[in-house]
Amino acid sequence: MTVSTSTTSRPSRAPAAGGRARALGELPLPRPAWSRVTRKMFGHRGLAIGLVCVGLAVLVALFAPLLAPHDPYFQDISNRMVPPVWHDKGSWTHVLGTDKLGRDYLSRLIYGTRISLTIGLVAALISGVIGTTLGVLAGYFGGRVDAFISYIITTRLAMPVVLVALALASLTGGSLTTVIVLLGLLLWDRFAVVSRSVTQQLRDAEYVYAARTLGCSLPYILVREILPNIAGALIVVITLEMAHAILLEATLSFLGMGVQPPLPSWGLMVAEGKAYMFFQPWVIAIPGVALFVLVLAINLLGDGLRDLNAPGGRN
Amino acid sequence: MNALSSAGALADLAGAGPDTDTDIDTMPALELCALSKRFTLGGGLFKRGRALQAVSEVSLAIPRGQVMGLVGESGCGKSTLAKMLLGLTTPSAGEVRVDGRPLGDAGQKALARHIQPIFQDPYSSLNPRKRVAAIVELPLRVHGIGTPRERARRVAETLDLVGLPKRAAEQFPGQLSGGQRQRVAIARALIMRPDIVICDEPTSALDVSVQAQILNLLLDLKQEFGLTYLFISHDLAVVEHLVDRVAVMYLGRIVEEGSREQIFAAPRHPYTQALLASALTPEPGLGVPDIGLGDVMPDPSNPPSGCAFHPRCPKAQALCRETRPALVTDTAGATRVACHFASA
Repeated sequence: MTVSTSTTSRPSRAPAAGGRARALGELPLPRPAWSRVTRKMFGHRGLAIGLVCVGLAVLVALFAPLLAPHDPYFQDISNRMVPPVWHDKGSWTHVLGTDKLGRDYLSRLIYGTRISLTIGLVAALISGVIGTTLGVLAGYFGGRVDAFISYIITTRLAMPVVLVALALASLTGGSLTTVIVLLGLLLWDRFAVVSRSVTQQLRDAEYVYAARTLGCSLPYILVREILPNIAGALIVVITLEMAHAILLEATLSFLGMGVQPPLPSWGLMVAEGKAYMFFQPWVIAIPGVALFVLVLAINLLGDGLRDLNAPGGRN
Repeated sequence: MNALSSAGALADLAGAGPDTDTDIDTMPALELCALSKRFTLGGGLFKRGRALQAVSEVSLAIPRGQVMGLVGESGCGKSTLAKMLLGLTTPSAGEVRVDGRPLGDAGQKALARHIQPIFQDPYSSLNPRKRVAAIVELPLRVHGIGTPRERARRVAETLDLVGLPKRAAEQFPGQLSGGQRQRVAIARALIMRPDIVICDEPTSALDVSVQAQILNLLLDLKQEFGLTYLFISHDLAVVEHLVDRVAVMYLGRIVEEGSREQIFAAPRHPYTQALLASALTPEPGLGVPDIGLGDVMPDPSNPPSGCAFHPRCPKAQALCRETRPALVTDTAGATRVACHFASA
């Protein structure tokens, strides 16, 4: 699962720049913030790898029309199942070969990046808004509000995501928009659970009391005092859920209820290639590796961002 | 139920008190009238919880410009009392008066202009995501005071006032030491020029060497702005250093109240006596003093009958188990004590 990558390495928080050990009344000179961030960033190997891979994927998605050597939808039946370039029969015309309809595999892979990233990002944002709202409200108010929202969370957790998504997709008919909305409406549980528990801790923080004493409005307290302090935890969840959504899209498309042909979704490419997997294994290996690398990179990125985002000092 | 009458007696006392510096205004700056708070524990959606009486009929009057110390062991209701004064929880009964006016429905913002808090833990009282300047400016912003330029000037002045260097303004709390953070918290409390500051154990999270600096700062600021403090603490040495009057709380009630001199020299309630005896001396080798109270803290959700202190009291008799002693003002009108067998 994708979860493991984010939990395996939990590097100890870097000690605060500027020592608490300094003499009383003596303020450490603040280091320029940017240099501190860059130093931390490149000191973190996982973050660097994740950032480079995700950055590349984003660039590929943005400039797909410039990068793709062929039209991803152009079918050339006389050139079906051309093997990739490292194969004996491969050629540089089709670097990653062609599929069963003679479409250029590299071009489809490049355009597929767009689909995966869009689904991951939009679905994670939708579920992030839903889950964080519910979680912060439950955590801040507690009592009956918490009991009610916790009930909704439990209900949601009791539903098998793939089955529910499959059933709903078959009712509405699969399409890119349907998949995004469905996943957005289904994947908010972790946001809610995480933001609820973190908010519960912060509700009784003295700076929240201080803001309440001043007469700050409830939205101000929730958005300006609490939200920035749970953002670190939420960024990790966002990346986890992005990876989760990308995998689920691939799953749904593989099962035929997600993105519909001829869109070049990576899951769909695996599905279309599964009949050939024993004799032309690259047909499923190539989109499979692409999925693996993207999901891993997003998880590494989230892990690294969490470490960067931790404020210095004792908390 | 003599709480209200004793509060009235206190109002008189405020003007005639031994340590009053100003006789211009006889009205106490802060007055608590039979303030009570009851919590419900463990209640679910369909079941009723148990009641916990955290604060019972506390009446106190703090004259303008004075420091009232509030002492008592953990869980006796000190912090709940502070929260009620700050408007963080609503009292179940009773009211708070500032300058003689009840604050019941004045609204949180009106309250904030009069009463400001300094909290216990400077590591938790400052939002780690905000710069010091933004933290100190927040009260002015929320209350819509001044233009951004004026506010920035006020922030700089206030930081200077509490002894922080200018560059502290652009730093995050994580870059400051405990003492510096507490100075930021004091700056935030004072930027609105409140009349009353509720200090909830403001030094207990600090190093001993820094404690003295912060206490002296608080005293200086009191002189400069004529502030009135309610100083909550369980550190008797700190209380003795700072306060004019002391109120001792036990299990949600005031058991004794008097001037600093009286409380420290001639405590009348057995609990106050035990509390003073429990203070550690700097003398090495004496060990931890045995105060003969046992270490069983009574359950506040199921308080003992009669005098709540009787199970631990060395003087307890049958009367103590049956009748709760009223908080009686002594003949001189200077102290109040709630004990059937109070020392003279």
